[in-house]
Amino acid sequence: MFVLIPFMDVFKRSFQTVVTKKFCGLQNYKTIFTNQAFMLAVKNTFRFTLVCIPLLVIIGLIIAVPLSRLKNAGTIKSLYLFPLAMPTATIVIIWKMLFYKQGFLNLLLTRIGQSSGLWGEVHKDYLASSAAFWVLIFSYIWKNTGYTVVLWLAGILGIPNELLEAARVDGASERQCFFKIVLPNLKGSLYTIVILSFLNSFKIYREAYLTAGAYPEQDIYLLQHLFNNWFVNLDFDKMAAATVCVGGFLFIVIMLLQYLWDSK
Amino acid sequence: MPKKIIPTIKNNLTTILLLLPAIFVCLPIILLITGSVMGNGELKQYLSPIIMNGIDYISWKIIPDYPTFENYKKLLFLTPQFFVLFWNSIKLVGCILIGQLIVGVPAAWAFAVYNHRGSRLLFVLYVVLMLIPFQVTMLSNYLVLNSLGLLNTHKAIILPAVFSTFPVFLSYGGFRCIPMQLIEAARIDGAGEFRIFYTIGLPLGKSGILSAVVLGFLEYWNMMEQPMAFLESKSLWPLSLYLPEITWAQAGYAFVASMITLIPAVFVFIWGQDYLEQGIIFSGLKE
Repeated sequence: MFVLIPFMDVFKRSFQTVVTKKFCGLQNYKTIFTNQAFMLAVKNTFRFTLVCIPLLVIIGLIIAVPLSRLKNAGTIKSLYLFPLAMPTATIVIIWKMLFYKQGFLNLLLTRIGQSSGLWGEVHKDYLASSAAFWVLIFSYIWKNTGYTVVLWLAGILGIPNELLEAARVDGASERQCFFKIVLPNLKGSLYTIVILSFLNSFKIYREAYLTAGAYPEQDIYLLQHLFNNWFVNLDFDKMAAATVCVGGFLFIVIMLLQYLWDSK
Repeated sequence: MPKKIIPTIKNNLTTILLLLPAIFVCLPIILLITGSVMGNGELKQYLSPIIMNGIDYISWKIIPDYPTFENYKKLLFLTPQFFVLFWNSIKLVGCILIGQLIVGVPAAWAFAVYNHRGSRLLFVLYVVLMLIPFQVTMLSNYLVLNSLGLLNTHKAIILPAVFSTFPVFLSYGGFRCIPMQLIEAARIDGAGEFRIFYTIGLPLGKSGILSAVVLGFLEYWNMMEQPMAFLESKSLWPLSLYLPEITWAQAGYAFVASMITLIPAVFVFIWGQDYLEQGIIFSGLKE
């Protein structure tokens, strides 16, 4: 309730001008959809989400499957979980050391004999080039792998052992077991993981902001930057319209996922 | 005999294969620790390529030549501003967590135990709200806080967070594991609703509640968006916002301040690890 009623107000404002509060129809919506920054931010946010979520889900599964067979998995699991506890602010200094022009990554590349940086150019500052996008992806994966592994593990361990044993008795190979029993049984976990990864993917803004500031390189200019900058500039009309669009879009996506979830 | 050895070897091999990336994942912490006990001179020497934009590369030593706690001393004893920020962080996180417990736990209990009409719908709504990112609610939050005159006070951060739905969701997961029969038996024995909540719900749903606390702590200790938007004066800022303001020239400070920010988080992490895992699993529970 504390959220919904104010949201109505925002909805109303999205049809008004900022200063005079006059009704202006869909004018604000028109403005944002012709606004380059908005379109760029939408594109980048989509790109980020579409790259990082599948990647995270798969990496998590690759780690979780062998981990579920080990007896002493506890310690390894904690090591993977640890980045979750690292405050973003503390990790930023490390990222800077790694990815700066004279940072560790380029040092390593020089040592193994490659005189140009990744992406074929001369060594550069990864945070101020299009590579920044991949730095963000990296740090997202780094942070959230543990979370995903725990969720996958819970799913895998939830599969009744009898099921697997029965299959083995019937002569199924390990590979068959995995693809025919384990994977189908993990569908429920998959939905959960996708939803939670999605939730966490919005928090990447912290890393993006701390490493690159409010107006970063254009490949990582995310919706979150845009909202913040509009907020700082008091562009409430645009912001209201964008809020309604993004909120509505998310609402539909979440509802859709929930529907899939329930109908399973 | 060989039959026994092969699986063991295979087992050890997977352990090592899994351990390697895990250690890689933790490398940044090692950098941080060594950085924090280095003297300023040594740090300058290693980091100068970054500061001066020269052509050399950064270098580093896992064990510093002259380990020293000089920077710790300076930060802890000679910079009172640091304590203000530290205290801000503690105050924000503490108030939020306590508030969340007071508001969220009874709500979760109600969801888990009583089946009113519409409570299912309300719960779906809760989940949706939980998933909506801060940026979408930022404007509406701002308008409310502005009309209440709370901007630029700590309350502006604490109040919205107290009513967050995530802890409700997690505690709900814990409460649901309590068998319904137990509650009914207590009711037949004449226990009042409050008594049931107090003597059955709280002790048995502990893991859900504590996991909400642990995940909440890690989340709010790390909080940036909200204070950035709603707090103007820097003296109100939490540590998480202040740290990035330190420049390379004061790298020594930056390392030590980072370490000190990290310590409570690590402490909570180690203490609450089981609950953390539990919480992650609860957060993934269906319904």
